[in-house]
Amino acid sequence: MYPENFRYTKEHEWVNVEGDTGTVGITSHAQEELGDIVYVDLPKVGSTAEKGKTLGSVESVKAVSDIYAPVSGEVVAVNELLATAPEKLNEDPHGLAWLVKIKLSAPAEAQELLSAADYQAYVGAE
Amino acid sequence: MLDTLGVSGIEELFAHLPAEVRFERTLDIPAGKSEYDIVDYFRARGEENANGYANFLGAGVYHHYRPVLVDTVVSRGEFLTSYTPYQAEISQGTLTTIFEFQTMICQLTGMDAANASMYDGSSALPEAAMMAMRVTGRDRVLVARSVHPEYREVLRTYALHQGMEVEEFGYDAESGLIDTADLDKKVNGQTAAVVLQSPNFFGIIENVKQAAAIAHAHGALLVFMFTEAVSLGLLEPPRDADIVAGELQSFAIPPSYGGPFAGILACKEKFIRQIPGRLVGETKDAHGNRAFCLTLSTREQHIRREKATSNICTNQALIALMATVFMTIYGKQGLRELASQNLSKAHYLAGKVRRRFSGPFFNEFAAVCNGRDAEKINQSLEKKKIVGGLALDRFYPELKNTMLLCCTEMIRRPQMDAVAEAFETAK
Repeated sequence: MYPENFRYTKEHEWVNVEGDTGTVGITSHAQEELGDIVYVDLPKVGSTAEKGKTLGSVESVKAVSDIYAPVSGEVVAVNELLATAPEKLNEDPHGLAWLVKIKLSAPAEAQELLSAADYQAYVGAE
Repeated sequence: MLDTLGVSGIEELFAHLPAEVRFERTLDIPAGKSEYDIVDYFRARGEENANGYANFLGAGVYHHYRPVLVDTVVSRGEFLTSYTPYQAEISQGTLTTIFEFQTMICQLTGMDAANASMYDGSSALPEAAMMAMRVTGRDRVLVARSVHPEYREVLRTYALHQGMEVEEFGYDAESGLIDTADLDKKVNGQTAAVVLQSPNFFGIIENVKQAAAIAHAHGALLVFMFTEAVSLGLLEPPRDADIVAGELQSFAIPPSYGGPFAGILACKEKFIRQIPGRLVGETKDAHGNRAFCLTLSTREQHIRREKATSNICTNQALIALMATVFMTIYGKQGLRELASQNLSKAHYLAGKVRRRFSGPFFNEFAAVCNGRDAEKINQSLEKKKIVGGLALDRFYPELKNTMLLCCTEMIRRPQMDAVAEAFETAK
C-alpha cells in the first residue's frame, strides 16, 4: 500500500527523494480521511519550503487541512494537474497526484521521517 | 424592581461607585416634550434641508431618482428586521436576493464572480488591493491620483498595518486620463496591483485595456474602481481588469450624509479563492429543486480564522438589496436609457462652459471658472435653489478655480442654463 522507497510524516505527507530533489504528496490514508477533495492550494515555484511549516492546503467537501513540508528547500515544481483535477488526489495520491517537488537544502532531513512500515503501523494504530 | 433588588432608590443602586467618578449635577438637557412638540420640532428642522434644490454635486455621491418600489420591498419585515443568516441555508429568500445581486453585478462588470457586497466603495478598494497582494505575493500597490481622494486615504489607512506600500501615479494635465508614461515608469516586478477609477474623479473615462496591458506586462493585476455605477449602463464592462471594486450608491441608495452605502467586489474566476466576504452559490436540495447555499466558506473567518482572506464578515445586505431592486426595476434597457440621459445632460452643460480636461466623459466633468471663485459661483447659484459643484482645489491644489460638475437625470435644462450663466456673471 505505502511505497517502500518513500518517507512519511505523522501529518500524513510523503516524500520521495531522488538525487537532490524530493517529490511531496499526501498519503492514501490522508485522502481517505478527507473524503472528496475539491481544491488544492499549492505554493509558487521558487518559494521556500521549511520542514514542519505550512506548504499549502487541501480542501475536501468536509474540511480544509494544511499540508506541512516534510523537508526543507526550494519549490522547483508544482503539480498543475491538481488545479483542474483535484479529484486525482483521491484516485492516485502516491503517483499522478504528487503536490510539489522540492530541491532539498538539508537532504539528511528525509532520513528522520518514518519508513513505510513505521507509517503503516502508525496509521494502523491511529 | 428596586424593591426586588432590596434597595431604596437609584442613589443606593449606584452607592458603590467612588464619588470622583460620579457625575454630580443634573444633565444640561431640556425637560421632556410632548409627542406633538417633538414631531413639530423635527418637521421644522427637516424644512431647513435643501429640499427641492437642483444638485450638481457628484464626486462620489450622486443624486439619482429612487423608484418608490425600492422602499416598498426593503421595508418588508423579512428583509428589514432580519439579522445576518447564521444558519444561512434556512433563509432561502435572503440567499436568493444575494444570488441575484451577485449575478447582476457580474453582468455589469464583466467579471466571473462577485461577493455579497462590501461596506462601501472606499473599503472595497483596499480589499481589492489586498487580494492582489495575496494573488501575486507582492506588496506594492500603484494607485492613480485620479482615483477618489478619500478612497486613496482609506487605502493608505489599510496599508499601514498590511505591509502594503502605496505609491501614486499621475494624470495627464491636458486630457485628465491617467499618465501612462508615469505608470510605465513606476510599475515593476514588485507591483501587486495597478488601481484606476473610471469614470475617474474628474469624470473622465479611462482606457482600461491599455492600463491592463501595462499592468499585465509586469505581472501585476489591474484593479478597476468605479464610484458612478450608472456609467456601467452605457460603458463597456471592464473585462480587461482582474478585480473590480465599486460603490453602488447611485443605485437607489440615499446620500444620507455619506452612508450607509454598499460596495461591490468582483473578480475573474481564477482569483475566487482570494475574494473576501460571503459568496452565495446555486445548488440543488435533497429533492432536486433549485436552491442556494453559502459557498467556498473556507475563505471566511468562521471556518479558519487565522487563514481567512479578510476580517470583513459583514456586508450591507439591506442596502445592497436596494441596489438589487433598483437593477431589477431598470433592467438592461432601462439602465442604458438612464445612463444615456445622464450623458446627454452633462454634455449639454459642458457645451456651455469651458472644460478643464479634454478626455471623454460621462455625467461629470471639470469646468474652468473663468477667473471666478468657485465658491462665489456656488453662492450665487444657491439663491436660485441650485447646489453647485465641487471646487477641485480642495483635493488637488494644482486645480485652482476649477469646479467638478455632475448632471444626472434629475437635472433640468433651465437649471443647467443657470449654472452656465453663473460661470459668466457670478461676482
